[in-house]
Amino acid sequence: MPETIIDAINMALSEEMEQDDRVVVFGEDVAETGGVFRATEGLKDRFGSTRVVDTPLSEIAIVGGAVGLAVFGLRPVAEIQFSGFLPPAFDQLVTHASRMRWRTRGEWSAPMVVRTPYGAGIRALEHHSESLEGAYAHVPGLKVVIPSTPYDTKGLLKASIRDPDPVLFMEPKHVYRSIREDVPEDDYEVPIGDAAVRREGEDVTVISWGAMMQQTLEAVSKLHVDAEVIDLRTISPMDRETIVESVKKTGRCVVVHEAPKSGGWGSEIIATINDEVLMYLEAPIERVTGFDIPVPLLSMEDYYIPHPPRIAEAIERVASDGG
Amino acid sequence: MTENTTQGTVELDAPWITQNDLPVTKYQIIDENGGYDAEAVPDLDTQEFLDLYRWMLVEKRYAERMINLQRRGEMGTVGSSRGHEASIVGSGYALADDDYLLAMGRETSAMLMKGVSLRDILLFWRGIEDAQKYLAQQNCMIGISVGGYLPVVTGIGWGMNITDTDSVVTAHFGDGATSTGAFHEAVNFAGVLNAPAIFYCQNNQWAISTPFEKQTNADSIAQRAVGYGVHGIRVDGNDVLAVYHAMSEARELARQGNPVLFEALTYRTEGHSTSDDPTKYRGSEEVDQWKDRDPIERYESFLESEGLWEEVDKQAMVDEVDAEFDAAIEAADDYGPRDVEELFAYLYEEMPPELESQLHELERSLRELDDLEEYIVRRPKG
Repeated sequence: MPETIIDAINMALSEEMEQDDRVVVFGEDVAETGGVFRATEGLKDRFGSTRVVDTPLSEIAIVGGAVGLAVFGLRPVAEIQFSGFLPPAFDQLVTHASRMRWRTRGEWSAPMVVRTPYGAGIRALEHHSESLEGAYAHVPGLKVVIPSTPYDTKGLLKASIRDPDPVLFMEPKHVYRSIREDVPEDDYEVPIGDAAVRREGEDVTVISWGAMMQQTLEAVSKLHVDAEVIDLRTISPMDRETIVESVKKTGRCVVVHEAPKSGGWGSEIIATINDEVLMYLEAPIERVTGFDIPVPLLSMEDYYIPHPPRIAEAIERVASDGG
Repeated sequence: MTENTTQGTVELDAPWITQNDLPVTKYQIIDENGGYDAEAVPDLDTQEFLDLYRWMLVEKRYAERMINLQRRGEMGTVGSSRGHEASIVGSGYALADDDYLLAMGRETSAMLMKGVSLRDILLFWRGIEDAQKYLAQQNCMIGISVGGYLPVVTGIGWGMNITDTDSVVTAHFGDGATSTGAFHEAVNFAGVLNAPAIFYCQNNQWAISTPFEKQTNADSIAQRAVGYGVHGIRVDGNDVLAVYHAMSEARELARQGNPVLFEALTYRTEGHSTSDDPTKYRGSEEVDQWKDRDPIERYESFLESEGLWEEVDKQAMVDEVDAEFDAAIEAADDYGPRDVEELFAYLYEEMPPELESQLHELERSLRELDDLEEYIVRRPKG
């Protein structure tokens, strides 16, 4: 059977641990149980309890510990069980991980990965559904990666582990097991900083990432609009070129993200388009996003999520706008 | 073992524990009046005893001269280490070359002992980013954000374990840092990992204007070690021999996989920094009392009792230390040239295109906007 995103994470971790004994995997419940989503299943048995470590319930120490390991020459891959629990460790990302190379003028660095499942849609309690990629992408020195497919997950995670700088690897948990595709056993990377064009089109550029890719592709499939769909894949550093080239061609753009609207990464995308290709635009750019509220709990979360009808409506409006 | 106790008006039957159950004693070798038990004196040779003294003079003269430079506008904000000489020197002297030292900024002589040059400490306080590069080359770092770097220390110790490296990592920090969540997580996790880490707290009684009593309801910082399942000790931080000896033992404990929470009781006799006016929050009586317990004077009386004082030509030593400072300040004055490119170059190993275009935009604006220079205040270095 083809692989899921969870399978792809496990493959990437196993392969990198096999190839590089500096790679250390740790977090809450990752070793004995293989992680609450089973992403690290089997790793402890295969690589031993020195390299696959269950930690105390200490997000600050997990991320800060990763910084120390990386400074000391190891290649830590830390798991934060849900991205809603990452904020206490935001300090470690902002204050140390992202600026260790800069602070020491390249003498020390923090090549580390923090993996964390993000996003709504799994019928969870509070703090299990956030999408704060825009806040993390605002931190200079921190790379933020969000895959949307099993193939990309493996390639991007391998690239992140090998990257010389810290990477926050946000995993779309809503589609952890719902998308399957063949993930080759070969050693391959998907480069950080490269967006993917998922569907070529002439009429309107639709940009999204992570779990919203599924909603976006579904919306597009129901429309009689020739949309070009871009999967951003890396939030920061952003592939501005792919966005700019596409908008030059279509003259129209819709950005779809699950995160709250105001100050979301969509704003940065639109500002980039304004900077580079404003004169090519034939219609105002629209955003389809979550709202500026906390993600509702399981009983009402679907009111929050940008579902295909909202996305489709925006695409049609932008595509047909006479400008 | 359960005894009935009372708390206020409450009669208690259950076996409550309180901090009174754990007497924390202060480890001391030379008492405030210079008396000591010869048996307790660490086994050092004459040169080493004199080294400790010289390093304390280095720390003291450094602090005095830095304040003078700051007042003359030749240095940014600095924090004086006056009063901490024994705590800094005794702890630094126990470390080995390969050990890591992550500090809060009031540990100059300990860093010099690790091979950092005084010039680079001066560069640091002048806000010249290259300073931390040179510190890092000697396994040192200054973390300005209080407490935040302690989990990094745990991680470095963890790395030493994984790679079977026979070294230790020490975090130097103040009493204020012990109230942060990062301190708690760092020490607790170090205990779980058996990391070769020493958490060295210079409890100087004041976190800017907050006294130790308002920092915590605990009687000591050392007692918290028990809660984390690690070794802890409270040491007279103005007694250089006690600090050195306890730190040497701490280092051995850490090497064997026992993290240590070390509390050195000392006192900041000056402001938190040159921007701080301590007369606003504490009386001169308290300060004078601590000045009477000056760590350098106390050690001088020890050297006299041991017959080592005649080996010391204090004025010559001070002159030598001053000459070293003069040379360092000259080297710091000559440091350069600088370029805005360095501000962008070291964020990532490879500069992303967007960052490159921002750098070019800054360079262009510097070239083309005639009046921009006026807004970029060209102060004397520092």
